[in-house]
Amino acid sequence: MDARIGVRNTKSILFKSLIIFLAFVVTLPLIIVLLYIIKQGVMQVNWHFLTHVPAPEGEKGGGIANALVGSILIVGMSSIVAIPVGILAGIYLSENPGSKLAYYSGLCVDILQGVPSIVMGIVVYFWIVKPFGFSAISGSIALAIMMLPIVIRSTEQTLLLLPPSLKEAALSLGVPYHRVILKVIVPCGFAGILSGIILSIARIIGETAPLLFTALGSNYLTTNVTGAMESLPHLIFTYATSPYDDQHDLAWGASFILLMFVLILNIVTKLITRKWKIQL
Amino acid sequence: MMKNKRLDLSYSQMKWETVFRRLLMVMGAIIVLLVIGVLITLIVESWPSIKALGIGYLWGKVWDPVSNVYGAYPFLLGTLLTSFTALIISIPFSYAISIYLGEYNPKGWLSDLLKNTIELIAAVPSIIYGFWALFVLVPVVRQLETKIHVAPYGVGVFTASLVLAVMIIPYAAALGTSLIRMVPSPLKEGAYALGATRFEVIRSVILPYTRSGLFAGILLSLGRALGETMAVTVLIGNTSAISGSFKEIFFGPGNTMASVIANEFAEADHTLYLSALIELGLVLFFVTVVINLIGKRIITRYTNN
Repeated sequence: MDARIGVRNTKSILFKSLIIFLAFVVTLPLIIVLLYIIKQGVMQVNWHFLTHVPAPEGEKGGGIANALVGSILIVGMSSIVAIPVGILAGIYLSENPGSKLAYYSGLCVDILQGVPSIVMGIVVYFWIVKPFGFSAISGSIALAIMMLPIVIRSTEQTLLLLPPSLKEAALSLGVPYHRVILKVIVPCGFAGILSGIILSIARIIGETAPLLFTALGSNYLTTNVTGAMESLPHLIFTYATSPYDDQHDLAWGASFILLMFVLILNIVTKLITRKWKIQL
Repeated sequence: MMKNKRLDLSYSQMKWETVFRRLLMVMGAIIVLLVIGVLITLIVESWPSIKALGIGYLWGKVWDPVSNVYGAYPFLLGTLLTSFTALIISIPFSYAISIYLGEYNPKGWLSDLLKNTIELIAAVPSIIYGFWALFVLVPVVRQLETKIHVAPYGVGVFTASLVLAVMIIPYAAALGTSLIRMVPSPLKEGAYALGATRFEVIRSVILPYTRSGLFAGILLSLGRALGETMAVTVLIGNTSAISGSFKEIFFGPGNTMASVIANEFAEADHTLYLSALIELGLVLFFVTVVINLIGKRIITRYTNN
């Protein structure tokens, strides 16, 4: 009898060790990738790197100013489209939980969340690129569609958690519906909505596939949003697969910058959610 | 006089109220229209290929745009092979994380640290994984391939699966963690009271209780793996011809549905070629949508009970 308990206890301890081992081993690849990118990238980054466009193939030097400006513009334009639409759709979903349209709308948010990014790239190609040509705008629209589900879901989840008494109190004072939503409900859920927005930006800033056939990429520093434009992830993709070492160096530097953007955005989200104790 | 003014004000407010309600509804409808638009676009644009190649397209073994022969089999095989290999590699890890964060160590700084780190795995852009693996993992795999006597390409199905496995762990792990935390403690306490060890509680109470939810998590991971594009495109070697034994296919270069679209869409110069590629996108869309919806359905049913 005693021996059996011993065996069972040993089994339990062995299992626990195995679980702990497996759970922590997963962090290794991430740490290795992060350290490698930092090691390769940090040497590339200097003022020249940030303010110059890539040197012609086979030449040393140059920077990634075109991709940096492009990424910021493209992501900025996506945000302008996706944030208002996402917040309003999120409000709609949280305000009308029983309606038929809200059901299908919620279903479609789930579908959008699962659509592979490359498919989104093809679709936007036919919607915008085919009639109007390659442009930063088309890339922004593809990314905006990818942002939407995250903004909508975080808005919806945040608002659903607010106590109904808030809304009831405002309504009983005779405040019209739209002012209740915009002046009471949304400000109360502001932190949750904000963290959803930041998270969605962090998610799309590294998206490459939707930009392949939309914003395309360009070697010039341009702010013309109706023309092709470079972006950080696209530059990394093109230069990573090129045969020139100098271009690899540019890609390492760009990876480092992109990684820093993503890390900072994620940390900011974490700080916001921790400060306001939100569950996303 | 005063009263009338107030009345006017409240009328205009009521008008705004209606406008606002309409606006919300329009936004809700836009999402539905977006999805319908995506579906219609994919079907319309792939129609030439659906009409010309029929259903046989899906298991046609040869993809040769130069002689206008299109078969999706190499890409279906590549996608299934990479996704399921990645899934099989990732399952023990995502289960371990779920059990550790859900049961052994649900609170405290170590648990938070691990949770945030796992979330970070999903945050790193896939192109960065691809780029890193191309320069670090590929040489390692090449050495391994020399040792086991297959052609040492370095890039290929196996390499792509390895990277994919790491990338999809967070999706199943996050869901699993929260589901395991939701197991009612009376159930666990009952088992402990009967003298069960921790391992026995996990095996006979927690895992059976969360089985369908953990399965849903795996489906979500699978959905990610099927559609993942950039890391795979960089690593899989881009060959549309498949031949040889399973071992040769598994370690050799291949192509997935997503990677062939990424590689050939821009150079598709005639209608049938282009629409054959879009049909791949359509298949990918359907498969990922179905997998995701089943996953979500299981989760909703699970959390409602």
